[in-house]
Amino acid sequence: MYLRDPANYVSPRAVAYWTVRAVPLWVLVLAGESLWLWSARDRVRLPVAVLALTVLCAAAHLIVMPRWRYRVHRWELTATAVYTQAGWISQERRIAPISRVQTVDTERGPLEQLFQLANVTVTTASAAGPLRIQGLDRAMAEALVAELTEITGQSRGDAT
Amino acid sequence: MLLVHPVRELGQAIPALVGLVLAGRAVGDGQMWWLGPLGVVVVIAWSVLRWMTTRYRITPEQVQLRTGLLQRKTIATPADRVRSVDVTASALHRLLGLAKVDIGTGSHDPGSGLSLDSLPVAEAAGLRAELLHRSASASARTDVADAVSATPGGTAAAAGPVPEATVPAEHEIELARMDFRWVRFAPFTMSGVLGAAAVLALGSRLLDQAGVSAGDVGPLRDGFGYLQRTPIWLDLLLGLAALLVFVTVLSVGGYVLSYWGFRLLRHPHGTLHVSRGLVTTRATSIEERRLRGVELTEPLLLRAVKAARLGGITTGLAAKGSSDGGSSLLLPPAPRAVASDVAARILRDPTPVDAVLTAHGPAARRRRYIRALLASLVLITAAGVAIVWGAPLWLAAAAALTVPVALMLAADRYRSLGHAVAGSVLVTRAGTLARRRDMLECDGIIGWNLRQTLFQRRAGLATLTATTAAGRQRYDVTDVPLSLALPLANRALPGLLGDFLVP
Repeated sequence: MYLRDPANYVSPRAVAYWTVRAVPLWVLVLAGESLWLWSARDRVRLPVAVLALTVLCAAAHLIVMPRWRYRVHRWELTATAVYTQAGWISQERRIAPISRVQTVDTERGPLEQLFQLANVTVTTASAAGPLRIQGLDRAMAEALVAELTEITGQSRGDAT
Repeated sequence: MLLVHPVRELGQAIPALVGLVLAGRAVGDGQMWWLGPLGVVVVIAWSVLRWMTTRYRITPEQVQLRTGLLQRKTIATPADRVRSVDVTASALHRLLGLAKVDIGTGSHDPGSGLSLDSLPVAEAAGLRAELLHRSASASARTDVADAVSATPGGTAAAAGPVPEATVPAEHEIELARMDFRWVRFAPFTMSGVLGAAAVLALGSRLLDQAGVSAGDVGPLRDGFGYLQRTPIWLDLLLGLAALLVFVTVLSVGGYVLSYWGFRLLRHPHGTLHVSRGLVTTRATSIEERRLRGVELTEPLLLRAVKAARLGGITTGLAAKGSSDGGSSLLLPPAPRAVASDVAARILRDPTPVDAVLTAHGPAARRRRYIRALLASLVLITAAGVAIVWGAPLWLAAAAALTVPVALMLAADRYRSLGHAVAGSVLVTRAGTLARRRDMLECDGIIGWNLRQTLFQRRAGLATLTATTAAGRQRYDVTDVPLSLALPLANRALPGLLGDFLVP
C-alpha cells in the first residue's frame, strides 16, 4: 500500500519564480565574499577558492532546486479532501477533510504578480495544519478557490 | 471584599509610592512630606471607586461585566461560549471568605475573558456551576431567567436567588484525590531545581545590588573559613548534600503548595472539576465535550520512581504557545498505576492506556543510534581540536565517555517510540527526557501531515502528524515506517486517505 502523489502540477512558470526568489540570498553571500577578497590584498588563495565554491553551489542550487520543487509541488481536490505535497529535500504531504476547512485565502506577492502566479492557503482549526499551494497559475487559483468555497459551503459543523 | 482591591493595588503601587515619598523628602526641607500619604489615599480611593462601579449580570443569553467610572466599559459574552470557569482564591481572599472567578471564552486574545474578583466563596461556586451547566446542557433552564445581578461581593442574596439553591446538588464522581504519599515524587520533578536556581540567582542579585560582597556576611565568612580548612573532597560532598537538601525542601514545598487537596471530579453534566492548592486554592472546570484526549507524561526522573502525571488535550482552554502547550493539569505527579487508572476513567475506556504499542522497527532504531552517536562524534572532534590547541588530556576521556551515554540514550529513545489505534483513540509515544504518551481521540483529528526528510525517505520512514484544534495542535508519530503509517492513518480516520491510497 502506498500514497500516490496528488494529481495536479502547479504552473510551469513557478520554476522561473523559484529561481528568481533564490537569487538575492546568493547575491548577498557572493557580495560578502567579494568584499573579503577585495580586503585580503595579497593573500587571495583562500578567498578565491571559497568564492569559486560558492559560485558552484549557487549554480547547482539555482538549477536543481526549482526543477526538483516543480516535480514535488502538487495538489489535488476531491469532493471530500484537499491533498497537497510540497518541498524538495524534505517533503511534506498534507491532507485535510473538506468538512474541517475553515478559511481559504489567496495571496500574491510582488514577485508572484510578475510571474502571474498566486498562492492558495487552506486553513483548518489546527494551528499545525494549513495547506499551502505555491505557484499556481492565477486563473487556476481563482477557479480552485471558487470550487473550494462551493464545496465547503455544503458541509456543516464548526470544523473543530 | 472591600479590602482586596485596595490591599493589592497598594502592593502594586509600592514603587510609585516610594518614589513619591522620596520626592516629598527631596523638595525643600521636607515641606512636601504629605505627598506620600496623599498617594496612599489616592490609590485606596481609586480602588474603592473601581469596586463600586463594577457590576456583573447574568442573563440566560449573556454574561455581562460593566466597569469604570469615567470610562464605562461593558464586556458581554454569550453564555454558550463559556468554555471554562476557574475559581481562584489567594491567601488574602481566603481570609475574607472571597474568591475570584475567571470566565474563559476560548478566545486566544488576552483580555477577552471576564474576571470577577472578590465574590463570596459560596456565590463563586454557585456561579461556576450555573455557568458551566448552562453551556453544557443546551437546554438552558428558564426558571433562573430572572438575572442574578449584584455588586461583586455585595448584596447577592438580596438581589437575586442564592445561586446554590438554583443548582440542585447532584452526584459527582471522584476520579482522583491526592494521597499524602505522592509528595515523595516531588524531588523527582524539575520544579525544585528550577526553584533553587531562582532563589540562588535572586539571593546573589540582592547581595550584589546591596553592594555587599558575600565575604562580608558574618555566617557566610565563617563558612568560607571552615571550607578553606577542610579537604576539597569534603567540601564538594558537603556542598552537594546541602544542595540536595535545599532542592528537596523547595520541591516538596512547591508540590504541597500547588497540589495539596488535589481532587478530580466528574460532574454528571459533562464537566471535569480540578481543585487544588494549599494557600491559594484553584478550581478549574473542563467541559468533557472539549476534551479530545489525555497526555501521560513521564519525565526521566519520574519514570525512575514509577511515577507519571496527566494533562488534558482540550480545545480553547489555554492560550496557544503557553509553556504547557495548551494542556491542562489533570493529575499531579502520582504513581504510574494511578495515572493509568485515572486516564482510563477519564477516557471511559481502558484500551488506549493498556494497549501494547507497535514498535517502529529496525530503520527507526538505526536512526536513533546514528543521531546519538553523531552528537557524540561532534563532541569528540571538538575535544580533539581543543587538545591539539593545548587543552588538557582529560577532555578526551570526558568526550569518550559520551559514547556509552549516547548508546543508552538511543536505546531508550527507541524503546519509547510506539503507536497504536485503540478503541477510537490514536495513541503515540516518544521521548526519553520527557517521555509522553499522547492519547488523542480520532474524532479530534482534523488532518494529516506526512513529512519525510531525505534520510527518512531513504530509510522508508516518515513522521506522521495528526493535526487537531486541541492541546498542542499537533501530535507526531515519529519515524514510523511508511508501511505502518498509512494503515494507521487509514484506521484512525477511515475514508480520508481512501481516494489517494493505491494498494
